[in-house]
Amino acid sequence: MYVAGVDVGSTATKAIILDENQRIVGRGLTHTGANVIKAAERAFAQARADAKSDDYEIGFVVGTGYGRYKVPFGNTQITEIGCHGKGAHYLFPETRTILDIGGQDTKAIKISAQGEVSDFCMNDKCAAGTGRFLEASASVIGLTLDDIGEVSMRSVHPLRITNMCTVFVESEILSHLARGKKVEDVLRGVNNAIAGRSVALMRRVGLDDEITFTGGVSRNKGMVTAIEERLERKVNVSPDSQFIGAIGAALFAWERTQKKVGAS
Amino acid sequence: MKVIAGVDVGSQTTKAVISDETGKIIGRAQVATKIDLGGAAEKAVAEACRNAGIERSALAYVAATGYGRFQVEFRDLQITEMTCHAYGAHSVFPKTRSVLDIGAQNSRAMGVEANGRVRKFRMNDKCAAGAGRFMERVAKALEVELDQIGALSLKATDPTPISSICAVLAESEVINQVTEGKKVEDIICGAHYSITDRIIALLRQVGGEEEITLTGGVTKNMGMVKTLEDRLAKKVNVGPDAEFMGAIGAALLGLRRLQRVSAAAA
Repeated sequence: MYVAGVDVGSTATKAIILDENQRIVGRGLTHTGANVIKAAERAFAQARADAKSDDYEIGFVVGTGYGRYKVPFGNTQITEIGCHGKGAHYLFPETRTILDIGGQDTKAIKISAQGEVSDFCMNDKCAAGTGRFLEASASVIGLTLDDIGEVSMRSVHPLRITNMCTVFVESEILSHLARGKKVEDVLRGVNNAIAGRSVALMRRVGLDDEITFTGGVSRNKGMVTAIEERLERKVNVSPDSQFIGAIGAALFAWERTQKKVGAS
Repeated sequence: MKVIAGVDVGSQTTKAVISDETGKIIGRAQVATKIDLGGAAEKAVAEACRNAGIERSALAYVAATGYGRFQVEFRDLQITEMTCHAYGAHSVFPKTRSVLDIGAQNSRAMGVEANGRVRKFRMNDKCAAGAGRFMERVAKALEVELDQIGALSLKATDPTPISSICAVLAESEVINQVTEGKKVEDIICGAHYSITDRIIALLRQVGGEEEITLTGGVTKNMGMVKTLEDRLAKKVNVGPDAEFMGAIGAALLGLRRLQRVSAAAA
């Protein structure tokens, strides 16, 4: 029997299907947009199509993320913090600290050797240091989120970005560009500013080896570099880093089916 | 006759007024600030002179305020916007004891002495929460012109307060409310509640004594003024020159300085 995890984030919705051996067999990724229920359905359908076998039954679905209560086919809901902890532990069993930078919030999570959450800290009060901050910076410059990582890596003289407010940073970037500053130096400065905030957040839960970077922003190579430079050490980033919450949710779903089997 | 200019270089607009030697405001002008702060000040002062019917060369003294005041090269004096807003509000409403200045990028609350001096102040200049830029983002998300939001807000029947303090996150909340079928006027009014509550928190920190005078660009938004009065359960002073209050304060403080300098020289 297969299981699924659906992570409805503010920006993207992710779905993962696991087989009975906890192997990832299907992935779905879609823009959340305004209709959260539709996004959950879309990501789930994609993951089912991706899990090529058409002869399987989904035994249990766990919803997570800020829109977890809007997954109509979810059997239960688990917070994204628990799911990120579980998912990071699955991919990197030695992980003790997780940095999750999503579209609208940033979290530092501390987990035990078993992948259980022991502490966490988050910023969900404002867009500073989140994906929205990067998005706004990219859009002022006229680039997409996918481009800015590469571009920022070309920087030789990163600028210091002083504003933390996303609204104000847009003006700050415009004035740098008006003064003829290079786009890559501005972006590297933006990455450094976010890295500074993220590391401060991680320090509050304790910076233990190993560190795993998750969430949509972890796809940005420039951000990964900025965080590694600030920490003076490497961090784990999986190609599945954006799916970690959904993977964790699917793992919880798998555990539920095991309990059911054990009980019957 | 000696005439004095007060120029207030704000993040969004630059305001200039001309005062005669009795402290009467005889000309005013407002221009968009944009990137060249010094240029905006020059333009606003030149227009205010035309509006007052005087030659630019007739100006005896120029006092600058606002965040771009140091870029005004032709200034004789620079004064913080806090001092200017308080003094300007005091000159128009002498019984003012609290001043709320809501600008594009920051909001301030000031406790004011009977002589118009600032006794205590609190401000938020770290982020756009509680400032004009917050409403700008909301208006943009709703695809409504900024100058329409005041009138629309007054039509609200069932406002839902926006819970996000952050202007950027509020935008997403606004979009969610639209998808849920909320009316535009109710959403705008809800946004006004959010911004107002932050400003009232600032006001409480300085004592919040009456009379309260409202200054800054946001005063143009009647919906915002009404929400503020509703939440405070009292009336606030909003003069026709509310937007020019900083420039008026600068001009009058400039006049006072000029008189002192002249007296000392005599």
